[in-house]
Amino acid sequence: MQRETASSAITIDGLTKDFGDVRAVDGLTLDIPEGEIFGLLGPNGSGKTTTISCLTGLIQPTGGTAKVCGSDAWSERSEARKVLGVCPQETALYQYLTAEENVAIFAELCSVPKVERSRRVDYVLEKVGLSENADRRVAKFSGGMKRRVSIAMALVHDPKIVFLDEPTVGMDPQSRRAVWDFVMELKDRGKTVLLTTHHMEEAEELCDRVGVIDHGKLIELGSPADLKSKHQARDLEDVFITLTGRKIREEA
Amino acid sequence: MSLHRVLALAEKEWKRTVREPAVLFMIILFPVMMTLAFGASFGATAGSQPATFTVAAVDLSGANSSASTQFMQALGATGVVKVHSYQSNGTAQSALSQGQVQAVLVIPPSFDTSVQSYLVHPSQPGMWVNSTLPLYLDKASLVSAQLLPSVVRNVLTSSVLGIKQDAALSPVGLSDPSMVEVTSQTVFDTFVPGLFAFASIFLIMMVGQSFTGDRESGMLRRVLTTPTSASEIMTAQVLSYLLIGAVQALLVLGTAYALGYRPDTGAPGVVLGLLIAVVFSVCNVGFGLIAATLARSAGGATGISFIFLLPQMFLGTYVGMALSGSAQAAGRFVPSFYVTDALNSLFTRGADITSTTVITDLAVVTASSFFILAAGILLFRKFGRV
Repeated sequence: MQRETASSAITIDGLTKDFGDVRAVDGLTLDIPEGEIFGLLGPNGSGKTTTISCLTGLIQPTGGTAKVCGSDAWSERSEARKVLGVCPQETALYQYLTAEENVAIFAELCSVPKVERSRRVDYVLEKVGLSENADRRVAKFSGGMKRRVSIAMALVHDPKIVFLDEPTVGMDPQSRRAVWDFVMELKDRGKTVLLTTHHMEEAEELCDRVGVIDHGKLIELGSPADLKSKHQARDLEDVFITLTGRKIREEA
Repeated sequence: MSLHRVLALAEKEWKRTVREPAVLFMIILFPVMMTLAFGASFGATAGSQPATFTVAAVDLSGANSSASTQFMQALGATGVVKVHSYQSNGTAQSALSQGQVQAVLVIPPSFDTSVQSYLVHPSQPGMWVNSTLPLYLDKASLVSAQLLPSVVRNVLTSSVLGIKQDAALSPVGLSDPSMVEVTSQTVFDTFVPGLFAFASIFLIMMVGQSFTGDRESGMLRRVLTTPTSASEIMTAQVLSYLLIGAVQALLVLGTAYALGYRPDTGAPGVVLGLLIAVVFSVCNVGFGLIAATLARSAGGATGISFIFLLPQMFLGTYVGMALSGSAQAAGRFVPSFYVTDALNSLFTRGADITSTTVITDLAVVTASSFFILAAGILLFRKFGRV
């Protein structure tokens, strides 16, 4: 049984999710305290996105529980979602809206008060370096710019917990560095960040702790430094390969 | 349910309509261009004729009049006319204004006497007792309006009076055909009621594309990670397409009006007609959701939309005027039929807004629209792969 501490932002206890005969998440137990940047690492099809889908209340767990700030992610999902900001793996944007309109609609959907809305939209767009392109339709943006709009949409309502699913895919080094700085700023402001990434240097740079998940099970947990020391590895990528092997995985 | 969120999503959908050229064309420009094209082009035929026409006969000559009985039987024997007896001219006229019959034929009290006077003195016009049979025609059916006077006249002269076609004189004449409160009419006028449903059914394609597009891009899932509920998303979609449906209906009416079309009803009739067209857009949102449920991509949704679009187009709009009797009977199973029927009754025949046909059509359109919407929502939520 996972112990839920007073400062737990995310508590996962025996979480299981089956899709037919396939067990995507297998008894996952994890506690992420408030203010932590946690990296959920794993090969393709390991169960990361399914875990996030359970945490965002998009799918009902087969067994176990997932809680967000004390609210059950499935049975109390309307409450849980109030404290969440989610940047999904795919670049999900309304292509026919401008960057500003995309962010503004999410401000409205997340009930940002009208008096604050404009200020919040301007703030997050400035943070992701898109102030000058705010009134352009995102259909004309590069892949990296779209990812930054997507991040701004996840953060516009100043959520307590942020899920960033491979946030820097397709970004150039400058953009990636800007996002990293923004994530660190979130931590400084006491936000909890659950990050999934295939870039091990990103996890090493940003995360207080990482959990390695494979075949739906948590197979390793600790700070990047501790894991490198434990596995006598040069970097986190070596740790990852040691734990999950060299065989190429395909998405389910 | 948060009104803020619903309005934000509805506004987003409206922006999509205005900003995406293909959507803008299908939803806004298409109704205008279609109405313009029909208005500018049509002036010829109203299509092939149905198998039979129903004539309301009001026999004022007495129940045992042998001449009137013979006349009715002869009319029925033509195979073109089905005779339904009505007790009074008022009820027959009401049926005509609601499209239940294509003509009203009134047999005057003196009919039997006129026929007998001719049969006794066929070559002495001075001995004849003259009478006139009023014939009222459905102005929404140009084919019946053109055909029925000659059919009735021929039956009257050849079967009842036994007069050859080329005989010049007879004691019984048919009055000039009198359409109910009609002064003039074009073929375009008969098309206009069907254009409302015709324009609206393309919403099926737009809704299908919208939902599959948002699902493909991950936007539906993403919105659902916010406090927004599935009900709010659906309500926003219905609201935005109700607005689009209202704009479409106004565009069709406005364009037709600019081309000279004048609905044969007052302001309440026009408002009710537009309301029926707007309610019908709810039905098309439902069909769009079903198309999105079945389709795996926005392109697929476009194709699947035609499964729902074509029957409504061919069986339930002005296209139906040219169809066979059995095809027209099949039209009673598509909601667009009732939209066109109601608008025909209101705009073309001048039926009262409280008439049975209009109220029945409104009830059928409303009930079927909300049933199809509910089915669409349930299917999409259960099998829509969000």
